[in-house]
Amino acid sequence: MGTKISISHLNFFYGKSQALFDISLKIPEQEVMAFVGPSGCGKSTFLRVLNRMNDTIPNVRVEGKVKIDGNDIYSPKTDVVSLRRRVGMVFQKSNPFPKSIFENVAYGIRINRMHSGKPDLEARVEKALKDAALWDEVKDRLGTSAFGLSGGQQQRLCIARALAVRPEVILMDEPASALDPIATQKIEELVVQLKKKYTIAIVTHNMQQAARISDKTAFFMLGKLIEVNPTEKMFTNPDDKLTEDYITGRFG
Amino acid sequence: METRIIDKKLDVLRDKLLLLGGTTEKAVYLAMRSLTERDSELAQKVIKDDKIINKMELEIDQLSVQILALQQPAAHDLRFVISVAKITPVLERIADHAANIAEAALVLNNEPQITPYVELPKMAEIAGEMLQSALDAFTSEDAEASKAVIKRDKDIDKAYNRVFDKLLSLMLDNPAVTTGAAHLLFVAKHLERIGDYVKDICEMNVYLTEAAFIKHKKRK
Repeated sequence: MGTKISISHLNFFYGKSQALFDISLKIPEQEVMAFVGPSGCGKSTFLRVLNRMNDTIPNVRVEGKVKIDGNDIYSPKTDVVSLRRRVGMVFQKSNPFPKSIFENVAYGIRINRMHSGKPDLEARVEKALKDAALWDEVKDRLGTSAFGLSGGQQQRLCIARALAVRPEVILMDEPASALDPIATQKIEELVVQLKKKYTIAIVTHNMQQAARISDKTAFFMLGKLIEVNPTEKMFTNPDDKLTEDYITGRFG
Repeated sequence: METRIIDKKLDVLRDKLLLLGGTTEKAVYLAMRSLTERDSELAQKVIKDDKIINKMELEIDQLSVQILALQQPAAHDLRFVISVAKITPVLERIADHAANIAEAALVLNNEPQITPYVELPKMAEIAGEMLQSALDAFTSEDAEASKAVIKRDKDIDKAYNRVFDKLLSLMLDNPAVTTGAAHLLFVAKHLERIGDYVKDICEMNVYLTEAAFIKHKKRK
């Protein structure tokens, strides 16, 4: 697989405080890469660098290069709205709009003017819901409020909403941390399905989840990328002592 | 550094494995003594005590499964549990061979000795040393020591071939000793197999310490 996202010598600052230090990393396309590390290690900040979500925070500064398909996303020419359409995001807490299930998914398609009439819009919504493994559970109640769904369903609705605008990359920030084991399993199965079409980067605190679903794992500590390796290697024979200590719970 | 919950479990697992290893070592030693000293009572004890070893194997199996399921070990911890889980049945099989040697001793001790036992005790000595060194290497996680033990298996194989030739010619010269010689041949085969099993233990130690599978690879 080729490289989808290439990060080189990335430094990131919140005001004067540096949160990420000289990070270079290649994220291959159509793979799942997990970002793990202790709280505050910078993995979520790093995830948000990848679709410029940090731009909304005042006084942040980014140094280095982040390229998607070879194009620098921090270049002044980059259309951030278009970038965020291409690089979708799913958060820890599901955040459906206070609208119907249908409208939640249709929203992005409408504002991006991606459809050619009502039947096309409906087809796109159905496709996104099917890709998010939610269609069978909601097809008879598309007009009802999204808040009537369970937590796991709401999270899959948010994934459907992200998929509806045909992204290329999906960033997930602890997407299953608030879900029960069954809902978690569904999200995990979905992630593994989605990588056939999309490049996925996922932040997780659940080591076993990273082991189950990712192809590669990157370990961050104190804003530095300590190690990135195929997940199987990472969990059986990591290169770095710090990684070993973290994944075996020698420090928290 | 705080002690992790898993550390206590891994310590228990290590202790249980070493106890099984020591008990197995002793079983091989006593089985051979029951033969060379023609002590059938000792042979009976070795056969009886094999049950204790079987029980130890089950305990280790259960603990290994429990650690895998409840502690979800990773990296070195994972390799350690896997190694123990794979070494345990190997030790149990070595102990089975010891019991089989003891059973052969029961038959042989009832008959006049057909030949002086020279090569067999040598084979047993090498096998015993190999087993002890393999367990020491596992305890100290010394992959190089394990690799050195693996090389010694050739000595047992050579001794086995010598015993085989000797017993064959005895049988050809005097068919009356065939039954006894056949039992001795089995004893030699048991010792030769023990050498092979010790190699398996060593290979698992290399996996534990270097995360490398050296099984089924040609060695110089």
